[in-house]
Amino acid sequence: MLLISCPYCGERPELEFVHGGQAHIARPGDPSACSDQQWADYLYRRDNIKGVHAERWRHTHGCGRFFNALRDTTSDHFLATYKVGEPPPAQAQAQAQLRKATT
Amino acid sequence: MQRFSGLSLIRRGLTGQRGWQPQWRQAEPKAAYDAIIVGGGGHGLGAAFYLAKEHGISRVAVLEKGWIGGGNTGRNTTIIRSNYLFDESAALYDHSVQLWESLSQVLNYNVMFSQRGVMMLAHTVHDVQVSQRHVHANRANGVDNEWLTPQEARTRCPLLKIDDIRYPVLGAAYQRRGGTARHDAVAWGFARAADALGVDIIENCEVLGIERDASGAACAVETTRGVIRAPRIGVSAAGHSSVIMRMAGVELPIESYPLQALVSEPVKSIFPCVVMSNTIHAYISQSDKGEMVIGAGTDAYTSYTQRGGLHISRHALEAICELFPMFRRLRMLRGWGGIVDVTPDRSPILAKTPVPGLYVNCGWGTGGFKATPGAAHLLAWTIAHDAPHPINAPFTIERFRDGNLIDEAAAAAVAH
Repeated sequence: MLLISCPYCGERPELEFVHGGQAHIARPGDPSACSDQQWADYLYRRDNIKGVHAERWRHTHGCGRFFNALRDTTSDHFLATYKVGEPPPAQAQAQAQLRKATT
Repeated sequence: MQRFSGLSLIRRGLTGQRGWQPQWRQAEPKAAYDAIIVGGGGHGLGAAFYLAKEHGISRVAVLEKGWIGGGNTGRNTTIIRSNYLFDESAALYDHSVQLWESLSQVLNYNVMFSQRGVMMLAHTVHDVQVSQRHVHANRANGVDNEWLTPQEARTRCPLLKIDDIRYPVLGAAYQRRGGTARHDAVAWGFARAADALGVDIIENCEVLGIERDASGAACAVETTRGVIRAPRIGVSAAGHSSVIMRMAGVELPIESYPLQALVSEPVKSIFPCVVMSNTIHAYISQSDKGEMVIGAGTDAYTSYTQRGGLHISRHALEAICELFPMFRRLRMLRGWGGIVDVTPDRSPILAKTPVPGLYVNCGWGTGGFKATPGAAHLLAWTIAHDAPHPINAPFTIERFRDGNLIDEAAAAAVAH
């Protein structure tokens, strides 16, 4: 089981959280202006990254709030968690690159 | 190819098992082929076999990053069934079951296909209604399935506890033609038969890139063992489908998750069929070696780790112990994970892609093993004809754009 650091509550076991899928996917402001392909991409296409993945989590059995995380999907190592609305921490991404280069 | 027969087995047995030959060559990659299959699991090896056998395309290479059958082919729980709800799915999975029924003879290799029956338990009124709907839909599609009362289910599987449990068994759907097969033998049997027809099986050969020519068509793959050219490239890479297809600029509606399985210490032959429960999420059968083979669920988050969380397998074991109290004292020998490629509607993608010359077989999610010969057969057809077979025609990438989902996600007989 993973330990996940909620930005509001601190480190808690994975069972308290629900995974919310890929982060930073914005719902198109005017769906009827989208082509079918654009709408399908919004609904279904996912990066499915093998590496550092930005994703949403919700601390369901805690504060109940959504937040974002950077996790390496090849190791399940959490590089950073951050609040909704904040950009993904560049520093954590750089660290991940460094880890990858040195291992 | 050294053919197997009862006589040859007896003769080798009496002479110290000497004189067996390697069952496929250690092929070196050539500069060019007529077709390349990326992924040396059962699906990929089978596609190469059917390309050579049914379509006369035998200058084929199967490229495998590790060793053949070392991915999901060697990591599943070997369950075979075709009791899917929708017409498209029933046709697809039953095509596979029909191929399973003669596969050992076709390959001259015992894949130990055993139609011992697959029993899917119903624990709630809702389960009963859904299961009975499945039974009727299957029968209307020519797929065998029948409804068992709780007592009939216990008669068929005497270890099953049907009452005095948290979720009593209210009935079960039972597909007699379902069962199991020996997963490694499927990879080895396809490899041996494909090799005999001239297919090169190239292990330890990781694909690093897919090259496209000036017209945009796929024309070669870059690998750890050099560039290999082919006008037709089929990708059958399971959990890594997104990674491979992105090399050609094709984005897929797929997410990859670890799915776990466990086996127990071997015990006497005590379990006559496959039992699955959707509601309390467990599935179990007994291998011919005597191990109880248990399937657990996927993790809640995408990952490529081939592990999975302990609480996921624990959950499955709790369900097994509830249904089969005598297994509480059974010790687990091994547990592992495989990376499954899951589509939004839980139906596979087996189709041409927007890139000419590039074909994909992916999205089988948690249920790809049962489809091995069917998917292989249809991928070969699609590559050979540059057009889908009527059975896999609905399973396009474009169905997500066009709204023609085959929504086994809601209808599937097992939770994902």
